[in-house]
Amino acid sequence: MRILDPHIHMTSRTTDDYERMAAAGVRAVVEPAFWLGQPRTNPGSFTDYFDSLVGWEPFRASQFGIRHHATIALNPKEANDPRCREVLGLLPRYLEKDGVVAVGEVGYDSMTPEEDEVFAAQLALAIEHELPALVHTPHRDKARGTRRSLAVVAESGIDPGRVVLDHLNEVTVGLVRDTGCWLGFSIYPDTKMSPPRMVRILQQYGLERMLVNSAADWGRSDPLLTRATADAMLEAGFTEDDVDRVMWRNPVEFYGQSGRLDVSAVAETGATFAGNSIQRGGS
Amino acid sequence: MTTLDELRAVVPAQGWLGEALERVAADPAAIGRLFPAVGRRCGRAPLPDAPGWSTDEAARALLLAALPAERVAAEAETLYRYGDAAEKRAVLKALPLLPVGDAGVPLLRDAIRTNDPRLVAAALGPYARRLDDAAWRQAVLKCVFMGVPLAVVDHLDERADAELATMLAGLLEERRAAGRDLAPDVLALLDRLKGV
Ligand SMILES: [Zn+2]
Repeated sequence: MRILDPHIHMTSRTTDDYERMAAAGVRAVVEPAFWLGQPRTNPGSFTDYFDSLVGWEPFRASQFGIRHHATIALNPKEANDPRCREVLGLLPRYLEKDGVVAVGEVGYDSMTPEEDEVFAAQLALAIEHELPALVHTPHRDKARGTRRSLAVVAESGIDPGRVVLDHLNEVTVGLVRDTGCWLGFSIYPDTKMSPPRMVRILQQYGLERMLVNSAADWGRSDPLLTRATADAMLEAGFTEDDVDRVMWRNPVEFYGQSGRLDVSAVAETGATFAGNSIQRGGS
Repeated sequence: MTTLDELRAVVPAQGWLGEALERVAADPAAIGRLFPAVGRRCGRAPLPDAPGWSTDEAARALLLAALPAERVAAEAETLYRYGDAAEKRAVLKALPLLPVGDAGVPLLRDAIRTNDPRLVAAALGPYARRLDDAAWRQAVLKCVFMGVPLAVVDHLDERADAELATMLAGLLEERRAAGRDLAPDVLALLDRLKGV
């Protein structure tokens, strides 16, 4: 089984996670820039974070045979802090990086005027830098947030086939199904979305433009829930090819639109000189 | 040491790179967006005729060299600051070929502080002669610790001294106490330093 987790915050995860993910079949990940739980108060905090997403984290992943890519954006929560607004001007540098395969996470948190402005500006950046866009739908007031996100996407002029609306559920999936956008589902260990519910959604809505991710981060989450969902699909009668489509070919097709996704096998010695400095506890 | 002319011979200024070099010479600020795209545009294959260099690294060195001389140090600093690992590595490798004097030394020190062996290795090329002895010894020791082959260290035998031998011997003692050893290239260096 091969899995590309299209949304996971590896910065917050340990090397144990990388090891278990590799063993479960995760061969590639996309790590969206988001918030870190602790609010940032200046643009330098963001550039250090972005640097890690295009430098250190891909190196860490490569030591476990996992290919790491990133999406870069000013997230909607922190878009509301005027001290962080300057980050918008720094994004173009990062949106040209080899490892950056989309603009994201953009979208809404509390649906403020500031979020409107930053969301639209970043969809324009996606068009300018020829990148797809990853849209986070809000956890509160989700249905209205999803509708409003779709309106902003339509207004931006970006090709809907280059946009994914993420964190969807039974209530919001129908809003997005016929828009031409991709549909992302984050599987959590609590109530938001579970493997059995995900399987029912796939049975009802089909496999086309469907993306399944763990969205694992610093909160209660589980990086193996992509694999658990794949297993649940098989138990429910989906074929191996169906699983491969949802877990590998779909995300490869979506992020492949960037022209920058590289999922060729991670070279044995390419990144490390077999140094294994992480396993040894660093220096 | 590989020269700019040797790099020009193996990575000719044609196609995308040819245009990029002209743009950078005419409009130095254009390098900010061209530099990160080099790997996708020019490829990343190793260059047999420029040992130790890959196509993207060579093309990036040529882009830096195409800048007006008075802009090179500042642009190199910025490109390194905002670079991904491949860009940072290319800047580090280009430093000895560029008219930057000692201005690149802080970049070297930054690279040596990282935990990415690709950056530490790239910091120990010919430009590392500008590092003071204490920093250079610590960098070599870090290579040994991280398992980076010592072949990457420019002028290793000329510069290795008794102090480095003492540091390496200390590391060897710790490793052996833990039932481990150092790589053969390190043991060979220690033997040479002890005059065995
Ligand atoms: Zn997320």
